[in-house]
Amino acid sequence: MWFVRAALIYLASGFTFGMLLLLHKGVPLSPWMWRILPLHIECVLIGWTVQLAMGVAFWILPRFGLSGRGNETLVWLAYGLINVGVLAVGLGGTLAAPPEITLAGRVAELLSVVFFAVHSWPRVKPMGV
Amino acid sequence: MPPLTRWFIKSALAYFIAALVVGVLLAARSVVSLPPIVGALRPAYFHLLMVGWVTQLIFGMAYWMFPKSTKDQPRGSERLGWLAYSLLNIGLLLRVITEPLLTVHSTPLLGWALAASAVLQWLAGMGFVINTWSRVKEK
Repeated sequence: MWFVRAALIYLASGFTFGMLLLLHKGVPLSPWMWRILPLHIECVLIGWTVQLAMGVAFWILPRFGLSGRGNETLVWLAYGLINVGVLAVGLGGTLAAPPEITLAGRVAELLSVVFFAVHSWPRVKPMGV
Repeated sequence: MPPLTRWFIKSALAYFIAALVVGVLLAARSVVSLPPIVGALRPAYFHLLMVGWVTQLIFGMAYWMFPKSTKDQPRGSERLGWLAYSLLNIGLLLRVITEPLLTVHSTPLLGWALAASAVLQWLAGMGFVINTWSRVKEK
């Protein structure tokens, strides 16, 4: 649920940044507009698309017993890390932060996916097992 | 599968093919001589793929599968759903036509058309978020 809510927020913000960029391309608005391109890309690719996939996968993958979804701590870690990562990479690129910020953001995104994969791997199984 | 979902998914499949055709054209430039406008198709390629295919597929599936909103309107506002579909597709098609043209032949009309396409797609995205938010729940 939290993954999907965050994904919808990133859809709204990513589409907003994209709209501003495309508006500017058609009717020039401000010379600094292109600086939000990293934020647009990160919001829609990782924040919206990847995070929505994670949220739906967490919801829909086969469970253990009636309600067990396995180690949810890993999933919460994944949730925190992916959002920190998206903000670090997106805002870092837009605000011309030191490259270490972008690197840290990408590492956070990588760790998020690793934790999510570790959580999900045993759930890739036939129903009822 | 509700009609709106069918429209979203069939449109998404059409965009998927269109995106890959554009991808072939972009790759073909290194092998055969093609008109200059083909070189301006890269943003169209990305957005046919990410907006036309991926996002539209998600919109259709989410509209079908997410938990019910209310008993009266289990999938939210169907009118808003159709509006989002129409705005997204009109906006995206307007974009993929005007953006490459603007790159090779800049005119104020094309500029304003591209700006309009941006606003249409944005309205579609906001419409989907508004229509879907209440459906993001446990059950």
